[in-house]
Amino acid sequence: MSEEQIKNLEEQFEARIARDEKIEPKDWMPEKYRQTHIRQISQHAHSEIVGMLPEGNWITRAPSLRRKVALLAKVQDEAGHGLYLYSACETLGISRDELYEQLHSGKAKYSSIFNYPTVTWADMGAIGWLVDGAAIINQVPLCSTSFGPYARAMVRVCKEESFHQRQGYEIMLKLCNGTPEQKEMAQDALNRWWWPSLMMLGPTDDMSVHTEQSMKWKLKRKTNDELRQQFIDQTVPQADILGLTIPDPDLKWNEERQSYDFGEIDWEEFWQVVKGHGPMNKARMKARVGAWERGEWVRDAAMAHAEKQQERKNKQVV
Amino acid sequence: MSNKKNWPLWEVFVRSKNGLEHRHFGSLHAADAEMALENARDVYTRRNEGVSIWVVESKHITASNPEHNGELFEPAQDKVYRHPTFYDLPDDVKHM
Repeated sequence: MSEEQIKNLEEQFEARIARDEKIEPKDWMPEKYRQTHIRQISQHAHSEIVGMLPEGNWITRAPSLRRKVALLAKVQDEAGHGLYLYSACETLGISRDELYEQLHSGKAKYSSIFNYPTVTWADMGAIGWLVDGAAIINQVPLCSTSFGPYARAMVRVCKEESFHQRQGYEIMLKLCNGTPEQKEMAQDALNRWWWPSLMMLGPTDDMSVHTEQSMKWKLKRKTNDELRQQFIDQTVPQADILGLTIPDPDLKWNEERQSYDFGEIDWEEFWQVVKGHGPMNKARMKARVGAWERGEWVRDAAMAHAEKQQERKNKQVV
Repeated sequence: MSNKKNWPLWEVFVRSKNGLEHRHFGSLHAADAEMALENARDVYTRRNEGVSIWVVESKHITASNPEHNGELFEPAQDKVYRHPTFYDLPDDVKHM
């Protein structure tokens, strides 16, 4: 194809997206659109998969059967969400094996929030309430993104995600209405998860390199700063109901903006964790790669069994 | 990495209730058809989304190419006589 033809195709393509038409896997698309989507969808899938690990830590130690079945169901949902997203990503012409390889080798990123440890039961509450809360704010606009398979996967994810946040908030509520030690545990969890949750919404707009292109392709509908403000404005009243204090001395209601002003985020910490120096980066990758490697014989055995069955069937036909 | 073959890709179709058609829900990897069914149950129907599941190995699906949509679908465009509105009838003809 000549450069002019490609330019022409690109213009038609951008016009289709501007008209809110969806792009399906076999449609022509600019190479950059394909690569950006592979990057974003796979990061999203990897985050769901690695995101199971901090919570897996507490399944066997959940304080009651009710909490245990809920946590188990939530973690199972996350596995499912990872699988929907990997499938959507594969429609862009990358194999599942390549995607895993990128995660395991550290080439692909996942959400930094999962590189923090889960040290008490209250962390299960804080993760559901804050981390899933921030994730929902990120994900809802993606239900109408331009790439069909991604949008369809996100519709399913968003439907299932609201139980996650409610079960987390209920854990916090129970702890806050419990003994002083339990309430203290809830406050401690909020103190540790608040700032990393704000960072989850991404770098500030002036630092974000992908925002403009992503807005055009409807991979983003609001900027990181807008999403962050929305998260803070809806979460602060929820903390008030719990009787907990948001660990930000600069947090205060701004009457004029009808929004909360908040303190400076420690972006140095964010970038350190992104670069692999968070408290749990190594442990998470070790657990993930270990599980994959220890499962290899099972995958191979299943494939060998399937092939043997098929051979037997073929023989019967003859 | 394993040298052996990877699990193939399957497409999953789910009937959400009797009376409705099976609809494409997504895809997954599985070693064989039985495992694909079981995985589809776990991945796509955790909340009673279905009463029946079909799985078919993706390689068995033949898909049309959107680049040929012109030749494929345009012939239908100039056949307006396939629609009831093409035919001129007086307004006082009822039940038609």
